[in-house]
Amino acid sequence: MDAIILQVLNGLDKGSAYALIALGLTLIFGTLGVVNFAHGALFMIGAFCAVTLSRILTLSHTIIDDTKKDFLGNPLKVEVPYIYDIFGQTTGDAIIDWAVPLSILFSIPVMVGIGFAMERGLIKHFYKRPHADQILVTFGLAIVLQEIIKYFYGANPIPTPAPEAFTGSFDFGAMLGFDPNTIIYPYWRLVYFAFSAIIIGAVFAFLQFTTFGMVVRAGMADRETVGLLGINIDKRFTIMFGIAAAVAGLAGVMYAPINSPNYHMGMDFLVLSFVVVVVGGMGSLSGAVLAGFLLGILESFASMGAVLEILPGINQIIIYLVAIIILLTRPRGLMGRKGVMEE
Amino acid sequence: MFGLTKRDTKLLIIVAILAIFAPFILNPFPEGSAMAQFNGGYPDLMQRLVIFGIFAIGFNILFGLTGYLSFGHAAFLGVGSYAAIWMMKLLTMNVIPAIMISVIVAGLFSLLVGWISLRRSGIYFSILTLAFAQMSYSLAYSVLTPITGGETGLQPKVDDPRILDGALEAGQSPRANLFGLEMGSSYELNLGSWVFTFNAGYYIAAVVMLLAFYLSIRIFRSPFGMMLRAVKSNQQRLNYTGLNSKPYTLAAFVISGMYAGLAGGLLVAMDTQVGAERMFWTASGEVVLMTILGGAGTLIGPVLGAGFIKYMENIISKINKSILEQWFAFMPDGMEDFFITIVYPFIGKGWHLTLGLMFMMVVIFLPGGLVQGGQKIAGLFRGKKASDDAADGKTTPAE
Amino acid sequence: MSNSKLTRRGLIKTGAVAGAAGLTLPTYLRADGHAGFTNAPTGDTVTLGFNVPQSGPYADEGADELRAYELAVEHLNGGGDGGMMNTFSSKALKGNGILGKKVEYVTGDTQTKSDAARASARSMIEKDGAVMITGGSSSGVAVAVQALCQEAGVIFMAGLTHSNDTTGKDRKANGFRHFFNSYMSGAALAPVLAANYGTDRKAYHLTADYNWGYTTEEAVKSSTEAMGWETVAAVKTPLTQTDFSSYIAPVLQSGADTLVLNHYGGNMVNSLTNAVQFGLRDKQVNGKDFQIIVPLYSRLMAKGAGANVKGIFGSTNWHWSLQDEGSQAFVKSFGTKYGFPPSQAAHTCYVQALLYADAVERAGSFNPCAVVEALEDFEFDGMGNGKTLYRGDDHQCFKDVLVVKGKENPTSEFDLLEIVEVTPVAQVTYEPDHPQFAGGNLGTCNPGA
Repeated sequence: MDAIILQVLNGLDKGSAYALIALGLTLIFGTLGVVNFAHGALFMIGAFCAVTLSRILTLSHTIIDDTKKDFLGNPLKVEVPYIYDIFGQTTGDAIIDWAVPLSILFSIPVMVGIGFAMERGLIKHFYKRPHADQILVTFGLAIVLQEIIKYFYGANPIPTPAPEAFTGSFDFGAMLGFDPNTIIYPYWRLVYFAFSAIIIGAVFAFLQFTTFGMVVRAGMADRETVGLLGINIDKRFTIMFGIAAAVAGLAGVMYAPINSPNYHMGMDFLVLSFVVVVVGGMGSLSGAVLAGFLLGILESFASMGAVLEILPGINQIIIYLVAIIILLTRPRGLMGRKGVMEE
Repeated sequence: MFGLTKRDTKLLIIVAILAIFAPFILNPFPEGSAMAQFNGGYPDLMQRLVIFGIFAIGFNILFGLTGYLSFGHAAFLGVGSYAAIWMMKLLTMNVIPAIMISVIVAGLFSLLVGWISLRRSGIYFSILTLAFAQMSYSLAYSVLTPITGGETGLQPKVDDPRILDGALEAGQSPRANLFGLEMGSSYELNLGSWVFTFNAGYYIAAVVMLLAFYLSIRIFRSPFGMMLRAVKSNQQRLNYTGLNSKPYTLAAFVISGMYAGLAGGLLVAMDTQVGAERMFWTASGEVVLMTILGGAGTLIGPVLGAGFIKYMENIISKINKSILEQWFAFMPDGMEDFFITIVYPFIGKGWHLTLGLMFMMVVIFLPGGLVQGGQKIAGLFRGKKASDDAADGKTTPAE
Repeated sequence: MSNSKLTRRGLIKTGAVAGAAGLTLPTYLRADGHAGFTNAPTGDTVTLGFNVPQSGPYADEGADELRAYELAVEHLNGGGDGGMMNTFSSKALKGNGILGKKVEYVTGDTQTKSDAARASARSMIEKDGAVMITGGSSSGVAVAVQALCQEAGVIFMAGLTHSNDTTGKDRKANGFRHFFNSYMSGAALAPVLAANYGTDRKAYHLTADYNWGYTTEEAVKSSTEAMGWETVAAVKTPLTQTDFSSYIAPVLQSGADTLVLNHYGGNMVNSLTNAVQFGLRDKQVNGKDFQIIVPLYSRLMAKGAGANVKGIFGSTNWHWSLQDEGSQAFVKSFGTKYGFPPSQAAHTCYVQALLYADAVERAGSFNPCAVVEALEDFEFDGMGNGKTLYRGDDHQCFKDVLVVKGKENPTSEFDLLEIVEVTPVAQVTYEPDHPQFAGGNLGTCNPGA
C-alpha cells in the first residue's frame, strides 16, 4: 500500500514537471500551430538562467593565500565573491544560497525577451509556411542555441543546488500513519509541484478570464475573422509567444536543482513534451496537463521493481506504449480539437 | 528511355554521371594542399552519401508524395541492419542475402507499423511512428541485448557459424564481399597531385542507389504516384469520391520502409556493424531534415540533402585548431589569431553550430530547399529559359 | 602540420609523379603494396587518429582526452618537458617522434555513437592514412571501433571504456585497453566497503540498462556478496532516463541500507543528485547509516554532481593527486600547459599514446602485428599506476586500482575526490577465462595485408 501511495505521489510530481514543460509547448504548437522544435532549448535556457545568476552572484576576485598550495605546488589562489565585499560573508552566502529562487525574477524578463525576439525575428515569417519548414528552422535554431550554451558553459552538467532550507525530505509516511521513512519526498520537489500548479493555474486563468485571453482564444479559433474585427491579433500572438517562452523558462529554472543542467537537456525533453502535447490532444491546454499527469503516474508505476519483474523493460517503453494506445482509442488524443494539425 | 520522359531521363543520366564520377567530384583538391581537408572522396563517406541518399529517396516517397510525416523511419533502417548482420553471422558474408533479408524484414515491420499508424493523420500519425521507433530503440538497447548486442552492437566474429562460407584461413577476419569481391577493396588512381579512390563497395551501393532512384521516378510519374499526391492535396475529397485511400498510403509507407531497410542492409554491407543508436529519434529526425533541406517532394532534393548533412558531419567535425593554424599561417600574427578565434567555434567540436546555422539559412533564403538554390544558380546562367527548366522533377513543396 | 604534410597518399603520389608522367597504374589499396600492412608510413611523418567525443554528453571528457593526446604528441616529438617519458620504465622513446618519424595527428568526433565513431575512424584510416586509432568515452564506441580496426588492420588503443566486454567477449587482437574494468572496480571496492560499512549490509542496485551496467552490477554484486552483503533488489533504469525519482523513492521501503548506483555520466550525476535530494544519506536503516556507492567515479562527472559526492565511495583508474613520480610528472606538464589538472580519461589516453609509441620503437616497425607482439605481456612502470602488465591473453592492463571518496572540504573545483586506498594489482587480477569475461576470442593480429 505504501509503495503505491509513494508512486502516486511520485507520478504527480513527475506529471507536474511534464505538464509544465508541455504547457509552454502547447501554447505555441497546439494553438498557434507552429511546430516549435526549439521549445526544449527554451526550457534549457531557463535552467541556464539559474546557472548564470548563480555565476553572477559568485563573481569573484582572487587573492593569493600563501599558506596553501595548489596542485602544481604554487600558492593557492582563493576566489572571493564580490558579494562578500558588499554584504559581508553571512548575507552574501545567504544570497548565493537562494540563487535559484532569485533567478525566477531574473529569468522572466530574459525569457519573455527571447520569446519576443524569436517570434518577431523568425517565427512570424513562418506562420504561413508548411510545417516542414517550421520544423527545419526551429530545429536549426535549437541546435544553434544549444551550441551557444555549450560554448560558454561546456558540456558537463553544472550543479545548481536548491537553497539549504529545502534540502532533505518530508516524511508523509509518519503523517499518514505508516512506518516512518516509507513515504518520503524531497521538499524541493514538493515546491516544484506547488509551483507548477500555480503557473498552470495562472495561465488558465489568464486565458479564461481576461479580455486578452478571450481575444487570443478567438484568434486561435478563427484568426481571419478576429483580424476583420479590427483587432491586432499579431501583437497578441507575439505576447503569447513571450508567455510560452517564459513558462518554458520557469519550468527550466525550477528544474535546475532537481537535475544539474547541461546544454542538451532540452533535447532530452523535446520528444517527451511533444508526446505529452499530442496525447493530450492538439489545441487543448487542459488535455496537455492531463496527459502530463497521466504519463507521469504511469511511468512511475512502470518503474516499480515488482512490475519490472513481471514485464522486464516496460519502464523503457511505457510512455510510448500508452501514447499508442490512447491515440488508437481516441483519435484526437485525450481532449483534442477537430482539425488542428490533422492534415 | 526506360519508360521515362525526356526530362526524367536527363535527370537520371545526370545522377548516374554524378555517381560514377563521384570519386573525382568529391576530391577536387590535390593531396597535401590546405584545401585537401575538404576532400570527401574516400570510400566511407562516398558510401554513406549514397546510402543515406537511398534512405532519403525512400522517405520522400512517403512524405513528399502523401504528406504523411513519419518520425520513426530510422526504426526500419535499424531493423534492416539487424536482419542483415544476422544473415552475415549465420549464413554468409556475401552481401546479397543480407541486403535481401534487410529489405524483407524492414518491409514486414513497416507493414505492421504503417497498418497501425495510418489510422491517424497529421501530427497524430507522426507521434505514432515516433513511438514505435523509440520503443524499438529502447528495447534494442536494453532488454533485447541478447539479439541486438545492446550498447556494444553486433559485429561479425571469427567464430560465427556462417554455414555457407568455408572456414576462414587462420588470421583472417570475416569480411563482407560480393562473390569474393570485398567491399573494402579499392583502386587508387594518381593523376598529378590528385589521388582518386575507386571503391568496390561504393560502386555497388551507387548502382543500388541508381536503381532506387529510377524506381522512385517511376513511382512519382505513375498513376499510383498521382493517387498519392491526391491524398496529400485533399484526402477528404478523395474519400468522398468513393476511393479508399488507405491501401495507397499503406503501400507508400511500406515501400519507403523497404527503402529504409535497403539503406540499413547496405550500411551493414559496407561497414559490418550495427548499433541501436541507429534507431534513436535523432536518426529519424535526420532523414526528415535531409528531405526538407534538399526539397521535399522533388526527386533529387532528398539526395542532395542527405549528401549535404553527411558531408558536413564528416568533414567539418574533423577540422581542428592545428589545421586552422595551417590555413591562416600566411597572415600576419595578429590577424591570424583573429581569424582563428572567429572560425574556431564553427569547426571541429562546433560542427553542430555550423549545421544548425545552415538549416536556418537554407529554410529562410531557399524555401524550396537546396533544389531551389540549384535552380536559382541555373537561372542566373540561363536567364529566362530557367523558368521552364525549373520544373525539373519538382512538385509543390510538402506540407 | 605544415603545408608539406605528407600523408600515405601524398607519398604514393610522390612516387607516382616520379613514375610515368603523372599517371601510373592503379594500386590495389588493401594490400598496400610493399609495406605489408595498412597505412604504412613511408615519409618522415606518421599519422595517428584521435577519435574522441566532441559533441554530446561526453564532450568535455572528449576535450580532456584531446588535450592529453596533444600533450603526448608534443612530448613524443621532443617538445615540452617530456612528461611521463622521463618516468616511464621503458627508455625506447627518444623524443624524436616514433622511429624517427614526426608524429602528426587527425581528430574526429565519435558523438558517443558507434556509427558516428566508426565513420570518423574510417575516414582517418581511408582518408588521412592513420596507422593507429585511439580514444573514446564509452564501451559501445570502444567495441565498435575496435572491431573496425581489427578488420582494417590498424591498432586500436582504447580510451575510456570500463565494460568487461571490451577485453572480454568482444576482445580483439588489434585492440588494447589500459583503463580498468567493471570486475576490477568490484574487486577493489569490496574490501574497502567491508572495512568501512561492515559485512552485513543490504544493498539495493540501480543499474543502467545496457551492457556496461550489466557487467558492473554483476561485478559489484558478486564481490560484495562474497564478503557477506545481501542484495535485496537490482532495478534496471533506462539510459535515456533523466529523472530517477521513481527509482530512488522505493529504496527505503525495501529495507536496504546501501544504494549502489551502477550509472555513468549524466545518469550518474542525476541519480546521485536525486538520491541525495531524497535525503537518503541522513536516514538510518537497520540501525546503520544509509550509504550510497558509485562503482565508477570520474572527476568530471563528480563535478556535475557538486556537493552530492561528499563522502561517497567509488573507484577510479587514476587521480591527479597521486604522489608517485609518473603521476606528478604528468600532472605538472598537463597543468602547466592547460592550467588545471588532468582527468582520468586524459591520463589513460596519454598513457595509451605513449605505450603505442614505445611499442613501435621496441618492435622497430609500425606493423600492427609487430606492435601487438611488443605490447603483449609487456611490463612497465612509471605511468602512474605502479607496476603494470599488458596481459597477452586479453590485451587488458593489470595495475593498481584506486578506491576514492568524495572529498568533504574541497579546496578547488578539481579537488573533489580523495584517495582512500590504492588496491594492489594482485587483488584485482583474474583469469583470462573468468566467467565475467567468457565468450571472447582475440583471434590473430591483422596487419591488413
